[in-house]
Amino acid sequence: MISSLRWKGASFTAPFLLGFVFLYLLPMGYAAYQSLFREEQSGLGLGGSSQSFVGLDNYLEGLTDSAFMGSVLRVALFACVQIPLMLLISLVLALLLDSLTSRTAGRFRILLLVPYMIPGVVAAIVWINLYSPNVGPLTPLGDALGFDWDFFTPSMVWPSIGNLLTWHGIGYNMVIIYSALQAVPRELFEAARLDGASEWRIARSIKVPYVRSALVLTGLLSIIQMLQIFNEPALFRNVTPQTVDDKFTPIMIIYNAAFNAGNYHYAATLSVLLALILGIASFVFYRLTSKEAD
Amino acid sequence: MTLTEHTTDKPRVRSVQRVTRPDPASRSRGGQRFVLIGLILACAYSLFPLWWLIIAATKDRVGLYQSNGLWFSGWHLTDNLHQLFTYEGGIFLRWTANSLLYAGVGSLGGTLIALATGYGLARFTFPGRGLIFACVVGSFLIPIALLALPLYLVFSDIGLVDTPWAMLIPCLINPFSVYLAKVYTEATIPFELLEAARIDGAGELRIFFSIVVRMMTTGGATIFLLAFVNTWNAFFLPLTVLRGEENWTLNLGLYNWSGKRLEAGVDLTSLVLTGALLSIVPMAILMIAMRRYWRSGVTLGALK
Repeated sequence: MISSLRWKGASFTAPFLLGFVFLYLLPMGYAAYQSLFREEQSGLGLGGSSQSFVGLDNYLEGLTDSAFMGSVLRVALFACVQIPLMLLISLVLALLLDSLTSRTAGRFRILLLVPYMIPGVVAAIVWINLYSPNVGPLTPLGDALGFDWDFFTPSMVWPSIGNLLTWHGIGYNMVIIYSALQAVPRELFEAARLDGASEWRIARSIKVPYVRSALVLTGLLSIIQMLQIFNEPALFRNVTPQTVDDKFTPIMIIYNAAFNAGNYHYAATLSVLLALILGIASFVFYRLTSKEAD
Repeated sequence: MTLTEHTTDKPRVRSVQRVTRPDPASRSRGGQRFVLIGLILACAYSLFPLWWLIIAATKDRVGLYQSNGLWFSGWHLTDNLHQLFTYEGGIFLRWTANSLLYAGVGSLGGTLIALATGYGLARFTFPGRGLIFACVVGSFLIPIALLALPLYLVFSDIGLVDTPWAMLIPCLINPFSVYLAKVYTEATIPFELLEAARIDGAGELRIFFSIVVRMMTTGGATIFLLAFVNTWNAFFLPLTVLRGEENWTLNLGLYNWSGKRLEAGVDLTSLVLTGALLSIVPMAILMIAMRRYWRSGVTLGALK
């Protein structure tokens, strides 16, 4: 009786398990397998091509590929600037919301979440047009203020993308931090106020430490997303192909290796490498942030 | 992720739903004013791009290039819509229908599968249960390229590339939905109820469809909503597995148009902007209609 119930229970997970094997495990295994081979032209290229086993050679090539490692570094550096900035703004907004009555806070929260409802591709299209010197309002605004800004130059393209990502992400991150703040026992604030602590002091010494785990979490999610950034640079590339080349981010390189160069083996290798880098980055980030807590 | 254990504690999840709380102690007027000014500025920053987009969609070419971007200049929304719907034989409507199909059907199937899986994981013990859950959580870390490229190769071998199936099948399996379904099941389905139903002689399938699924309406709706938004926003997977433009999603179509405006002599800017505005509409309707669900879902999802 008991063991038949077990198997009935397990069978509820069967459809998912089947799909997971075919759509997750097998593709990953296939990619790992492909990464160990290379396509080689036989003879004069007339006899077609054949696969030959090359061991970890593709990985060596990937790790010493300056375009790939350069793009990882570029995105990582960008992440180190954009993510803390975005989370700081989200944290400040959450603290501001927390000091209001829940009714007023609710209204602001909905307005601040509007960018989150907009698909990433559409958000990028909108901002690219806002930046555009032809149709966007920012160039005339710059003229009026005496700035001659061009948002698509090599030095401005990352800040331009950073602003777009920050605009898109603050609402979502704010909501998460805000709901963590709501869980802080209110008595703590009362006690601190009675002891004469200022609102600023309460925010710094009670509220921020309480939302640490929410900050770690949003930071981790942002890192995972950032290392895989593709949509925004791809759309910027439409407008400024000379600034945003096809080796701008790791996923762009992988996509081009697969579909423009037709080198699936190398694309598979780089995908596996990127997965490893993601895993290591998440682990290191989690370790660093949880150690500080002690 | 060890994060799982200490962030999904129940008090926090419950607090998300707490709407009213005692008014914080009265504050100095100046401080309150500072708070409001800060939030109003943040709202202005959040909303002005959307405002600009709405204005831009109502302008003709001349207005778009020459008038102030933040205010109206003539009313050409209907012309723009007409142009958008008839361009290249109404391909935009086709993309909209495709996006609705992939997101709607894919999420509906995915939600059912996720509910069954979450229920199985939360309310039964069987060998391998921990392993399945570890796979679910671990898969959050897998980069999309690592899945999409081999999927493309497999799908092209079996002739699925460039068919709706290439989008629909991957949408059916969503580890994040499974994770949410497990959390929701733990919160809403008591063991005692299942015991009682079993004693009354109900079969396991019947229990699932007539008790569990019904009690999980709220959780199921949230899972569906988040999966829908995810699929609607998807870009890399459709870019990889859909080649011909009849099967494209809205995102792919808009991406393509926004690239074309450079080369092809025709100015597609106005089409792209009107299309971009329209592509937000279903999302906005869905979010507003289901706001009760997604508020809890957004935060719950974040607490994984």
